[in-house]
Amino acid sequence: MSVRTAADMVPFEVAVARYDPVIGLETHVELGTVTKMFCGCPNQFGGEPNSLVCPVCLGLPGSLPVINRAAIEYTIRIGLALNCSIASWCRFARKNYFYPDMPKNYQISQYDEPLCTDGWLDVTVHDTPDGQPRAVRVEIERVHLEEDTGKSMHMGGDGRIHGADYSLVDYNRAGIPLVEIVTKPVTGTGELAPAAARAYVAELRDLLRTLGVSDVRMEEGSLRADVNTSLMPKGATEFGIRTETKNVNSLRSVERAVRYEIERQAAVLDAGGRVVQETRHFQESTGTTSAGRSKEEAQDYRYFPEPDLVPLAPPADWVEDIRAQLPELPSARQARLQAEWGLSDKDMSALHNAGALDLVAETVAAGASPTDARKWWLGELARTANDSGTDLAGLPITPADVARVSALADSGALTDRLARQVIEGVLAGEGTPDEVVASRGLAVVSDDAALAAAVDEAIAAAPEVAEKIRGGKVAAAGALVGAVMKATQGKADASRVKQLILDRLGPA
Amino acid sequence: MDSDLTRLTAAELSAAMAAGEVSAVEVTDAHLARIAAVDDRLHAFLHVAADRARAVARRVDDRRSAGDVLGPLAGVPLALKDVFTTTDMPTSCASRILDGWQPPYDATVTQRLRQAGVVILGKSNMDEFAMGSSTENSAFGPSHNPWDLSRVPGGSSGGSAAAVAGFEVPLGIGTDTGGSIRQPAAVCGIVGVKPTYGGSSRYGLVAFASSLDTPGPLARTVLDAALLHEAISGHDPCDSTSVDAPVPPVAAAARQADVSGLRIGVIPELSGDGIQPGVLARFTEAVELLESLGAKVVEVSCPHFTYALPAYYLIAPSECSSNLARFDGMRYGLRVGDDGTRSAEEVMSLTRAEGFGAEVKRRIMLGTYALSSGYYDAYYGKAQQVRTLITRDFEAAFEQVDVLVSPTTPTTAFPIGERADDPIAMYVADLCTIPANLAGNAALSVPCGLAPEDGLPVGLQIMAPVLADDRCYRVAAAVEAALDSRRGGPLLAGAHGLDTGDPS
Amino acid sequence: MSIARAEVAHLAELSRLALGEEELDHFAAQLDQIISAVARVQEVAADQIPPTTHAVPVTNVFRDDVEWPCLGPGQALSQAPAVEQQRFRVPRILAED
Repeated sequence: MSVRTAADMVPFEVAVARYDPVIGLETHVELGTVTKMFCGCPNQFGGEPNSLVCPVCLGLPGSLPVINRAAIEYTIRIGLALNCSIASWCRFARKNYFYPDMPKNYQISQYDEPLCTDGWLDVTVHDTPDGQPRAVRVEIERVHLEEDTGKSMHMGGDGRIHGADYSLVDYNRAGIPLVEIVTKPVTGTGELAPAAARAYVAELRDLLRTLGVSDVRMEEGSLRADVNTSLMPKGATEFGIRTETKNVNSLRSVERAVRYEIERQAAVLDAGGRVVQETRHFQESTGTTSAGRSKEEAQDYRYFPEPDLVPLAPPADWVEDIRAQLPELPSARQARLQAEWGLSDKDMSALHNAGALDLVAETVAAGASPTDARKWWLGELARTANDSGTDLAGLPITPADVARVSALADSGALTDRLARQVIEGVLAGEGTPDEVVASRGLAVVSDDAALAAAVDEAIAAAPEVAEKIRGGKVAAAGALVGAVMKATQGKADASRVKQLILDRLGPA
Repeated sequence: MDSDLTRLTAAELSAAMAAGEVSAVEVTDAHLARIAAVDDRLHAFLHVAADRARAVARRVDDRRSAGDVLGPLAGVPLALKDVFTTTDMPTSCASRILDGWQPPYDATVTQRLRQAGVVILGKSNMDEFAMGSSTENSAFGPSHNPWDLSRVPGGSSGGSAAAVAGFEVPLGIGTDTGGSIRQPAAVCGIVGVKPTYGGSSRYGLVAFASSLDTPGPLARTVLDAALLHEAISGHDPCDSTSVDAPVPPVAAAARQADVSGLRIGVIPELSGDGIQPGVLARFTEAVELLESLGAKVVEVSCPHFTYALPAYYLIAPSECSSNLARFDGMRYGLRVGDDGTRSAEEVMSLTRAEGFGAEVKRRIMLGTYALSSGYYDAYYGKAQQVRTLITRDFEAAFEQVDVLVSPTTPTTAFPIGERADDPIAMYVADLCTIPANLAGNAALSVPCGLAPEDGLPVGLQIMAPVLADDRCYRVAAAVEAALDSRRGGPLLAGAHGLDTGDPS
Repeated sequence: MSIARAEVAHLAELSRLALGEEELDHFAAQLDQIISAVARVQEVAADQIPPTTHAVPVTNVFRDDVEWPCLGPGQALSQAPAVEQQRFRVPRILAED
């Protein structure tokens, strides 16, 4: 494997000035059904090797698949949320190839009759140079169902398949329902192509989570993305040769993989070469892609309709039921929140970019005002997250906590300064806001009896000021208030203090 | 006494046990003794589970003594084709690649037999992975026809047929994909039935051609076959292609045996060219017999039946090339060539080359070809269209008649070795049986005499519409009764292949 | 000739069958004959005819999303040619480059 030198790459800005990138994404989603696609083995992550298997998912001779109704329902749900047409009649097909992680040496999938077709997802790219969000409509080619394969551990080398002496296979994952979502080529994103690819995967993930069909954890493999990238010279109408990049295991990797491919392919084209149509492998550690096995390209899967299963003909009323029960989709929810909170597009983008949208929404739901919620999450908390190198969601404070602090400040039980101290305390692990208030003694003191002594002391200590106030100069009370605040370490309720002072010294 | 027990039908054995005249253990012992005496010559069994069988028989006797109500086949011995999974016996499919494989689960058919109290004496020989018409493709040697040991018992369910015809068991289970129950039944002089596709569960039946494989009964009488048919049939949620409808009333039909007023169709495309003269003669007589019993016989053309054989030999290999891909030495069965240096691909290829016989390899390659991109439309795609046309021929025919008849197979039992090197000559044995597999409707073979030129059994095939299996039994029972009465006894009384002077 | 020997060799490779040279010769001759014979299906004009994939036309056979008992790892692995770390041990997956 040759190492790419700087001379093999064209800087991104230059590449997108000369070429129009076209991207496409194929995502695989493991459905969160209780059982596997074609058998009743538990659909679970982890578990002792080869403990979640039965004759069907092991593909033992004589075993037969039976379709899990929930998997069909979830897939229709996904298709409807993506604005697809749902097939009135379709079949499963066998995809035939030999591979040790596939017990039958064929995968039950769908070929020319996918369950859902021709939809779209409107995606917003928030991470733009001018901060103004860009809308991109990603068209969906198809959504179909298939079964997942087992997992191999490669032994004897460095753990990768290249150079391994042998492999160990665990079939727990074999047979888990997998939905494949394929986009049509996405054009016109220009320099935003990497961000658009990332935004699509992020929004798709949110959508799937909202639908309750999968826990969509890229790090656990329940959401996998393959990214297709090609370049067209500016002004051209025919697509260029595309590459497919696999092993893209995070949102950030999606973006980096597209970016790298744009730079690499631009260099090939600039040099007068042809991009090789191939499957490439994303290298997490270097942010680069490398060529995969070219043999994969020549596969003839000899698809034919699965004879062990009868066709799928979802009744129209079932589909409509599913449609009627769709939850509020993320895009609709965000539009609603934006309207409710009275925010500009730019403001919403700021929330997105900070990863604060859901946190703010939950804080508002817990009782805070949108303004306060945004203030805390985008201000104090964003700073803290930045300083400690985590993201907002990773902070040890909940939206409920923030809402509580906000409520305490609103009611006057805390001043702004005190509120910040409470937040600090919660982040430090000292407990809930109320516990922090109690243990640190941060409550605003408004009890007259408690304040009386301090007020009297302050009056006694500044007789001239007291005279002025008696004389009608109400404004002079400020200095005395300041003194009381100092004496009470800022815990006094300033407005109550002022009132007490005026009561004592004011006109009878 | 023993040999008398082995000459009884399942129905007769059941009645005798119910009447307390004989125990299930005695019945099992008698049949095990018969197997011990003749199976070295018949080679019908790949595995005999004597101790197991006696234990099952003992349990049947205990339950009967305790006053339990038992089904009509409780305590009756049976040979199970070695293509069904059994947790207490190996399942080899007569292949080296599965030699010694012990399944961790029972086929649904196996479970239903156990529930019925049937005593499975062992697993019977077959053509490897059910591909063949003679059992010569078995990796463990062919079975022999009890009528003439130098001849084939038919296939692929030849072991079960030989076991039943040889009086080793009164009942056998086979599978019929292109005729693999009916053809062996015909050449062995017994009854064999291919129920409506989906009538019996395929769960645990090691797949050859998924859209064609059908479990079914073999027996010496129509009634016995019907009783076994009912025991193994019915919807199974583990098999998506199993029929969700009541089992047709085949036992009642077998007792009815009345064909007056029934309309019977003779198919010219299956009763002319290529049929051995003696077979045709016995077939014609059977048709005349049916007429004399009150049936109305007409000729019904099924023009697309001439394409059935080529369509089958595209569809079945295509499905089998995929079904047999799982046999690769990675998870169970034979593994060859894993010396620590070879790749998985190499080990798979060496394993399959050594583990599969020639016919299996041929069909896998043929199937791979027919499904290849570029060839799919012209071969597999076209064959599936022909399948539609054949189904339509049947539907049109069944508007004019109640059942269709033909000879079951073009010839009587051929000598072992005669067609072993000529695949196409072997395939022709399925000429008449294949259409019913492609359309999925019920078909049965009942003995209708001996061919005069060689004295070997001839079978009459009776076909009925989907889920009208009972019609086959009704007609078969009428033929059987009439012919037995004419003969003065069952056909099999004339089978002398095993006679050696040995009293057992 | 309906199929060339080289194509048969390719089919053997696709099907993971390591055939010897003589075997290949033998099979090539037989497959050639068989393919000629089965090609008869092309004589049938079937342009508007839908293909049949299932003998009996049924749709929508499902199971409920409810667990059933698994095989234990012991049973799953009991017949495996090679086992390590409770997994199926298989030869290296990639061919040497």
